[in-house]
Amino acid sequence: MADVSLKSIRKSYGATEILHGIDLEVKDGEFVVFVGPSGCGKSTLLRIIAGLESITAGDLFIAGRRVNDVPPAARKIAMVFQSYALYPHMTVYKNMAFGLKFARTDRAEADRRVRRAAEILKLTPYLDRKPRDLSGGQRQRVAIGRAIVRNPSVFLFDEPLSNLDAALRVNTRVEIAKLHRELNATTIYVTHDQVEAMTLATKIVVMNQGRIEQVGSPLELYHAPRNLFVAGFIGSPRMNFVKGRVTAVTPEGVRVAHACGETLVAADAGHAGVGDTVTLGIRPEHMSEGEAEGLRLKGQVEAVEHLGEATYLYMKLTDGTDVVVRAPGDTAAVAGASLTIGASERSVHLFDAEGLALPRRGEAHPPRAAVA
Amino acid sequence: MSLPLRPRRMAVHGALLLYTLIAIGPILLILLNAFKTRRAIFSDPLGFPDGRSFTLIGFDSVLEKSEFGLYFLNSLTVTVGSLALVVVFGAMAAWALTEYRFRGNTLLALYLAIGIMVPIRLGSVSILRMMVEFDLVNTLTALVLVYVAQGLPLAILILGEFMQQIPRDLRDAARCDGVSEYRIFFSIILPLVRQAIATVAVFTMVPIWNDLWFPLILAPGDGKQTVTLGVQQFIGQYVTDWNAVLASLTLAIAPILVLYVLFSRHLVRGLTAGAVK
Repeated sequence: MADVSLKSIRKSYGATEILHGIDLEVKDGEFVVFVGPSGCGKSTLLRIIAGLESITAGDLFIAGRRVNDVPPAARKIAMVFQSYALYPHMTVYKNMAFGLKFARTDRAEADRRVRRAAEILKLTPYLDRKPRDLSGGQRQRVAIGRAIVRNPSVFLFDEPLSNLDAALRVNTRVEIAKLHRELNATTIYVTHDQVEAMTLATKIVVMNQGRIEQVGSPLELYHAPRNLFVAGFIGSPRMNFVKGRVTAVTPEGVRVAHACGETLVAADAGHAGVGDTVTLGIRPEHMSEGEAEGLRLKGQVEAVEHLGEATYLYMKLTDGTDVVVRAPGDTAAVAGASLTIGASERSVHLFDAEGLALPRRGEAHPPRAAVA
Repeated sequence: MSLPLRPRRMAVHGALLLYTLIAIGPILLILLNAFKTRRAIFSDPLGFPDGRSFTLIGFDSVLEKSEFGLYFLNSLTVTVGSLALVVVFGAMAAWALTEYRFRGNTLLALYLAIGIMVPIRLGSVSILRMMVEFDLVNTLTALVLVYVAQGLPLAILILGEFMQQIPRDLRDAARCDGVSEYRIFFSIILPLVRQAIATVAVFTMVPIWNDLWFPLILAPGDGKQTVTLGVQQFIGQYVTDWNAVLASLTLAIAPILVLYVLFSRHLVRGLTAGAVK
């Protein structure tokens, strides 16, 4: 068992606090992705788990053991770095075997593990090469191999794909997902790319400015973002936000007046009352041209992007709000045209003045407890 | 290359060529005249030795009349010994100063940087007094100690710069691999700064080999003389045995040349290629 448990972890450099009390439970075998904009503290948090950064306050447990003061090597973790961090003067084989030498692994066993890892990662033909003679993708696989041979209980990945080109990134992403299924080890993965987060994770941790914004499965975050930040961060293109004002709170939901009229959103008003400013959130893929039941917006098309299977319409509403609509690939809309767009009321999210989501009717409340 | 740049490039090359001539000239002059008779040295100092002027008499007198072998060994011991200590301690200090944050880190780095600016010869008198007190006068140890002190500041500065360029991820990866701090230094950092070490070695070695000042002050006694000091016996107030002087200088150039070639082979760039990205 290799649970990782963080209890109000704080990290400061001098007077600047980077992490403001992080609480998180990672269960054995989970694939957890830390995602957030750069500078949000996700890499620092990973390095803390690895033992490469000290903890200012709080406790860190790996497999039930408090490891605050345990050096990285004794934590049974293995880390894959963004820059690969291969030893440039050693061959691929030595790169992978280097760590085992110090773990007092028996020679034959070390050899067996390295060859097995090389086989899994299709690196066998390259074992005698130096890192400089490998391509980016191969180097990344060596870095992963070096992690595998150590038989860690927890794998840590620090933006492992950001140095690869787009095609290779997709490939390696699939490889990592497969690897996780095979090895079934607890994995913590840091990225700023929400697509990586959505595709790989069993649990996503969205971070912002040293705090956890929300923890949940990819679809939970997609369908029930806790606040404006998560709503805007998860999903591509990002969710559209339209400002509005509460005009009535009825048993069916909340009536909101906005630039193009009024809409009933099926949400609990909570503490929001008539007259409060709110934000409507609608994902581009939930909007369509023409009239729809529920939300109706009017605006002008400013740009059109044809992707083949879909077309993105970049629009400006009458009050100046920018909105993106994912229309079918064969849409007739052209730049400059005036257009009415709509979304079903079930796909509309509602956020109060502080940016917190108002729970939608018929849905469980977002997991507020996960946030400190 | 675009045309307007041409004259400038030629000027640069001209200047470099001139400098090379000035730098190599004296050495060539020594080499040429070491193999000539005394008469030929003075009548035609720039000429090549021919059938009539060729002689090995200088080498004969150096090898027979003096203990050249001993001088040579002394120089070699002092140079190699100092070099090894400067490189080892310099690298260790540079690593400690760049990698670890500890109280007094900046102060210590500053103190060492001052060592680059203050010439060690200013302290000759105190050094001599100190050596007398420690009973180290007329020992090679005294010379090695002084040269290590002289070479360390620059070595630490250069090696520190190079070590800072080693990506942090490499050290972190090694730490995750369970490699001890000593092994990180010896197995990862040192191989990666090999070219910097070669640079430091060359910079350290040449002044030590050529130094006359400290051997004269600290170890002028019989049996402890270095080559530069040993040569002095052929230079008299009234008569100078130029053949012997030039011959011994020729012999003295050889080992430093060999060491230089040895190290310059390691002055290869791009060693870290492939480590990251």
